[in-house]
Amino acid sequence: MKSIAPTAPRSAEGLRFESVTATRGGRTLLHGIDFEVRPGEIVGLAGRNGVGKTTLLQLANGLLAPAAGRVLLGETPVRSLGRRAVARRIALVPQDLHVPFPFRAGELVLMGRAPHQPLVGLDSDADVVRARTALARLGIEDLADRSVETLSGGERQLVLFARALVQDPEHLLLDEPTAFLDLKHRLEVLGEVRRFVSAGGGALVVSHDLTLAARTCDRLVLLGEGEVVAVGRPEDVLTPANLARAFAIDAQIVSGPDGRLIVLPMLGPGEPARD
Amino acid sequence: MIRLTPARLFTVVAIAAAALVAIVLGALATGPAPLSLTEVFRVLVLGEGTDGARDIVLGVRLPRVVLGVLVGAALATAGAVFQALLRNPLADPYVLGVSGGAALAGIAVLALGGVVALPTQSVPLAAFIGGIVATGLLYWVSGGRGGSGPTGLLLTGVVFNAVASAGIVFLASIAGFFEGSRIFLWLIGQLSAVEIDAAGLVGASVLLGLAVACVFARSLNLLALGDESAAELGVPVESHRRILLLATSLMVGAAVSVSGLIGFVGLIVPHALRLLIGSDHRLLVPATALCGAGFLVLSDTLARSLIDGRELPVGAVTALLGGPLFIVLLRRSQSRSRLP
Repeated sequence: MKSIAPTAPRSAEGLRFESVTATRGGRTLLHGIDFEVRPGEIVGLAGRNGVGKTTLLQLANGLLAPAAGRVLLGETPVRSLGRRAVARRIALVPQDLHVPFPFRAGELVLMGRAPHQPLVGLDSDADVVRARTALARLGIEDLADRSVETLSGGERQLVLFARALVQDPEHLLLDEPTAFLDLKHRLEVLGEVRRFVSAGGGALVVSHDLTLAARTCDRLVLLGEGEVVAVGRPEDVLTPANLARAFAIDAQIVSGPDGRLIVLPMLGPGEPARD
Repeated sequence: MIRLTPARLFTVVAIAAAALVAIVLGALATGPAPLSLTEVFRVLVLGEGTDGARDIVLGVRLPRVVLGVLVGAALATAGAVFQALLRNPLADPYVLGVSGGAALAGIAVLALGGVVALPTQSVPLAAFIGGIVATGLLYWVSGGRGGSGPTGLLLTGVVFNAVASAGIVFLASIAGFFEGSRIFLWLIGQLSAVEIDAAGLVGASVLLGLAVACVFARSLNLLALGDESAAELGVPVESHRRILLLATSLMVGAAVSVSGLIGFVGLIVPHALRLLIGSDHRLLVPATALCGAGFLVLSDTLARSLIDGRELPVGAVTALLGGPLFIVLLRRSQSRSRLP
């Protein structure tokens, strides 16, 4: 097998939200969003269901236009870049993908090279090496020739993550990348995200698992009803008061054995607690 | 990891092309006056042979076979393109009602031609416009991205086809230009239904449609994953889709204007090929064009030789083969969509 080349050092530019208002279907979801994903860091995005996390990811890669404010890659508004230019610099890993045709997993991963390829042509040897490398890193080489339809949700999520790595972007946007994954693969995927940012990329990760987010993210953006509740280091953002505002729950935050935070949602009276 | 190498592309295309050549030669040899393959070869390649053989091969059978090649390639490729754009393996220009729209517009111009003088090219052009309108309506009904699900699209196609058939019968009876069974041939599809006096235009339209489908094959791969995925991977979705739909409607309009409503070619051929060679459109589109051509010529040869002294319309053969397959595919998509 070919040796696994380290990700080339990159000159990534920050991905910045400036007073962004996010709307979906005419309804304002969030306003006054200000934060930046800087090269070299993982930023976590947390908040209740339907608060607008996926919408923020679509704003970040220019699929949606902000109703107000700007989303900038460096100093350039993302929406002013062409789709191809954006796809070379920002890769999105969706939660899942329904593929109605029997594409093989290897083919799906190779499609990540599309923004770097001309309109007409086959995949180059270099493209294939990249795809093999990404599959090998995630330990899923054996899925390459399986039909995507036959994969489990977790396997498909790994394949989609491999596709994003093959895209060779400056920023990774991940929509609950570990939702369908077992514990081992969760750590592997987050380890790959860490390796990616160590090489100079940036990552914006939607996560419902606050304890895991506290361990892996450099900074967190906590979304509440219509606004950003807090932005900052996990230990500053994950406070009982902020969690009460964002999720309307009581939570205890304790230090784990390694000093990292553990978020414990507390069950109130009448909640389905075990005796 | 299996990959699409130039060698694999070449091999598949070469095999499909060889099969097409064999089917074409067989079709040229088959008929009420059977000729040997040697005679066909001598007439075609060497320009020799008896006057009788030359008349049969070049005058009678070759035009029909060429027509079959063009129509089959167009309908099969249009099916593959519609399936990718609508993300629906059941899509087919006939099932979706696009062929019906093209036929209705073509017939309308034919009927009008009985009243005012029109150039012969106006029939394929009208069919093209009819196909575009039907495609546009289909997109409008499905909310732009085939979002109403497989059944919604199919219902739309059923209604389009019912309206188109009714319109065709209505126009034909008020214009009174179809005696007896000719209207029936339009509705079921027949390679001898229409005189080819616009052959150049039809051939050029089909070749343009095929070329566009081949050039945008990688975009078809990405669009088959959905509009959002395609956009995330750098495809300018709107413009690529528009180009593909226009070129495909042009191709379907051209095919329908010379053959009427031949159904299911676009369903059978891409489906069988996906099982054999996979879903990559860079391989699937050229293979579909070649095999679609071969499939239709073969069906037509069967149609005119199954019953002695009688000719079945080729549309009846493709419908008898495609209808059951369609039911199986529909059943499978229904049971799949019930899963969580």
